[in-house]
Amino acid sequence: MKYILPIANRIFYAVVLLMAVLVLNFSMMYLAPGDIADTIAQASGGATEEMMDQIRVDYGLDQPFIVQLFSYVAKVATFDLGYSFFYNQPVTTLIFEKLPATLLLVVTAQLLALVVGVLLGVFSARNPKGLASYVVTFVALFGYAAPVFWTGILLLIAFSLKVPLFPVAGMMDVTAEGWFAQTLSIARHMTLPTITLASIFLALYSRLCRASMLEVLGSDYIRTAKAKGLSEREVVLKHALKNSLSPVITLAGLQFSAVVSGAVLVEAVFSWPGLGTLALQSIIARDTPTILGILFFSALVVIVGNLLTDLALRLVDPRVGSKA
Amino acid sequence: MRSIIKSLVAATALAGTFAGTLATAPAFAETCPNKGGTLVTWLGQTPRHLNPAVQSGVVTGAPGAQLFATPLRYTDGWEAEPYLAESVTTSDDGLSVTIKLKDANFHDGKPITSEDVKFSVDTIKANHPFKTMFGPVESVETPDAKTAVLKLSQPHPALMLAMSSQLMAIIPKHIYGDGQDVKAHPQNSENVVGSGPFKLVEFKRDQHVILERNDDYFMDAPCVDRIVMRIIKDQSAAAIGLQNGELHMAPFMNTVRNIKRLEAADGINVTADGYAAIGALDWLAFNTKKGPLADKRVRQAIAYSVDKKFIKNAIMQGLAADARGPIHPGSPLADTSLPGYDLDLEKAASLLDEAGFPLTDGKRMELSINFGWPSIKPQAEYVKAALKKVGIEVTVKASPDFPTWAKTVSNHEFDMTMDTVFNWGDPVIGVHRTYSSDNIKKGVIWSNTQQYENVRVDELMAMAGKEADPEKRKALYKEFQQIVADELPVYWLNTLPYHTVYSDKVGNPVRGIWASSSPMDRVYLK
Repeated sequence: MKYILPIANRIFYAVVLLMAVLVLNFSMMYLAPGDIADTIAQASGGATEEMMDQIRVDYGLDQPFIVQLFSYVAKVATFDLGYSFFYNQPVTTLIFEKLPATLLLVVTAQLLALVVGVLLGVFSARNPKGLASYVVTFVALFGYAAPVFWTGILLLIAFSLKVPLFPVAGMMDVTAEGWFAQTLSIARHMTLPTITLASIFLALYSRLCRASMLEVLGSDYIRTAKAKGLSEREVVLKHALKNSLSPVITLAGLQFSAVVSGAVLVEAVFSWPGLGTLALQSIIARDTPTILGILFFSALVVIVGNLLTDLALRLVDPRVGSKA
Repeated sequence: MRSIIKSLVAATALAGTFAGTLATAPAFAETCPNKGGTLVTWLGQTPRHLNPAVQSGVVTGAPGAQLFATPLRYTDGWEAEPYLAESVTTSDDGLSVTIKLKDANFHDGKPITSEDVKFSVDTIKANHPFKTMFGPVESVETPDAKTAVLKLSQPHPALMLAMSSQLMAIIPKHIYGDGQDVKAHPQNSENVVGSGPFKLVEFKRDQHVILERNDDYFMDAPCVDRIVMRIIKDQSAAAIGLQNGELHMAPFMNTVRNIKRLEAADGINVTADGYAAIGALDWLAFNTKKGPLADKRVRQAIAYSVDKKFIKNAIMQGLAADARGPIHPGSPLADTSLPGYDLDLEKAASLLDEAGFPLTDGKRMELSINFGWPSIKPQAEYVKAALKKVGIEVTVKASPDFPTWAKTVSNHEFDMTMDTVFNWGDPVIGVHRTYSSDNIKKGVIWSNTQQYENVRVDELMAMAGKEADPEKRKALYKEFQQIVADELPVYWLNTLPYHTVYSDKVGNPVRGIWASSSPMDRVYLK
């Protein structure tokens, strides 16, 4: 019961949240000026009145708002996300085509930001007034403050043009055959986008880890550990780090949604074929079913991400579980 | 039988049916100096799908023109060449056009018949946004398997251009006529069956379109083995890709900074050739039914206040050509004698005085300007600055995205707007729609959103549309251009700086007038 009740609770909230995501976003898309008929006209270089009317009838856009909303929600309740207006494909097909690429990018970037951020945080907490600490702070804040599309383009100019180490766009060379070549190709393609996306969160994690490390390092039990004659290395990594990680992990969980939305921009710069690219295109195209489907899945990803954070916290800090 | 288009005599014969073109056919190498290789090109957006019969636009056009053949194709000098057609014959009264087909097969090995032509024309007529293209085509007769006769309600010279490029893709009836809605047919995106120089290998949205040589092609075999069209939405990233060799060629580049940079780079060439029929014009549109802009003199004053040279040299960095009228300067029908409205602030001031807008407290009137996409924002900002000099206060209204802008403009809730509109070859297809008074259609973007009305202009367009004699047709269009250039429902600023960027490795990068919506069977890799 100790584990089931909080989880059931969470699932209940997740369903409520997903419903809210659908209704709110549906309303927002409805309120946005212009609709799919306009964007099909744009993609076609023109349209006639009859065609635009026909498109609206075909997609039920001539119906009143409430009718459209209810028929959509009713469909989603049966796990049918409908057809994309723009691509004439089932929304689930489109999403599952893109989801792996986004997950790969987001999870790798998050892990990279966490690991490097924590390392930098620990490093600068060891000697908070040293030059190295200031360098770390500067680099981290720079990454945080710079807009991602700018960082992305700069990295492209540096490492695709001046020193052509990495490709400019896409996820995999079309010529790559066999799993090894393909994995290598994907790794090369994802290097720059991952670094770009991670750069925003690196600063947060390293700053937080530094602060919490400093606090922990000043506490009594650390002095005790040192008095016992443990090596500096053991004190920092075994005793201090574990305790200073809780706030970092909490923040990482909270930031997960930000990582997902950050991916939208990074994907646009690097033509990464993920949900972000699809989301951007669908918003501009007023492709309501697709955008709602993506938001639905993003909400799911964030909810799952938060659940995992919770579990991770329990692992690091047993007090969290006992409180529940 | 007045005019027959047949292989070598095509050029001269065509001059008899369609707009007087004087250039001679350029000598294209009909053989490949080098064979094989994979050509990597650029697509700036993901196409909705790959079937140009039911999806207009240059994004579908690029892969579409490789996958599907059309009856005719055009040379650089606006001369029709037989493509899928063996010959195209127009009857003396201009009311029937006979297409004789070559012996050719679709990608699945089935022969192309007149039934496919009839099916294609019917499908395009029912689904394509350019209704005027086949508007006068009443029926298609199929006397035998290789002959299709288009029956017209009136002579229709625009039909010649409408039979080329991506506009009249011949699609197989046995595939797309299986009873499903062609617009949503699954084989528009995968297992596409056409008869063009390349076959579809794979289409991955937001990633690439991969094409391979069609060995059963009805003309000389294409030079390259494969074409990979990479979808890269960020134009700056694509520019880097061209520089580091990941891309061989990029049509439709239009950000001047990137073009300038690439022009200076080693091993990379840029050209503005090949965009004449696409005919993209940047213009400043006026709501001719609203406030002071209803007065022609105010519109003219604005034209005199906007320095096109500044736009051309500073904003476009010399990469765009001057546009003086509704027809793209690359078209044989363009009138080169139109007034240019060179910068003249005094004249502008006196026109505004005359129209009853005297300068009071340094101001004559307030107007707003909006724009549909970020790349034409600099022009809008410039117009604001330029008009301030003659006492017109302009507010620049940004739209977050295309549909928002389209709603405002198509519902006539604007004063001035920056826009880019394509000619699409013949004026009947892409020009009339902007000036014809029966095309004032609320809610439809790129209709006559200026609400411009002139009976003579309507008459001239109607006459020119069905005038079979090229000289008379040109004269009608000349009068049309002179009237609209005087009344200025829109003020044309420049041609869009579309460029094709290609590496030294690419031979024959551009052919014809339809840019990347042309078959790339003669493009080769050195």
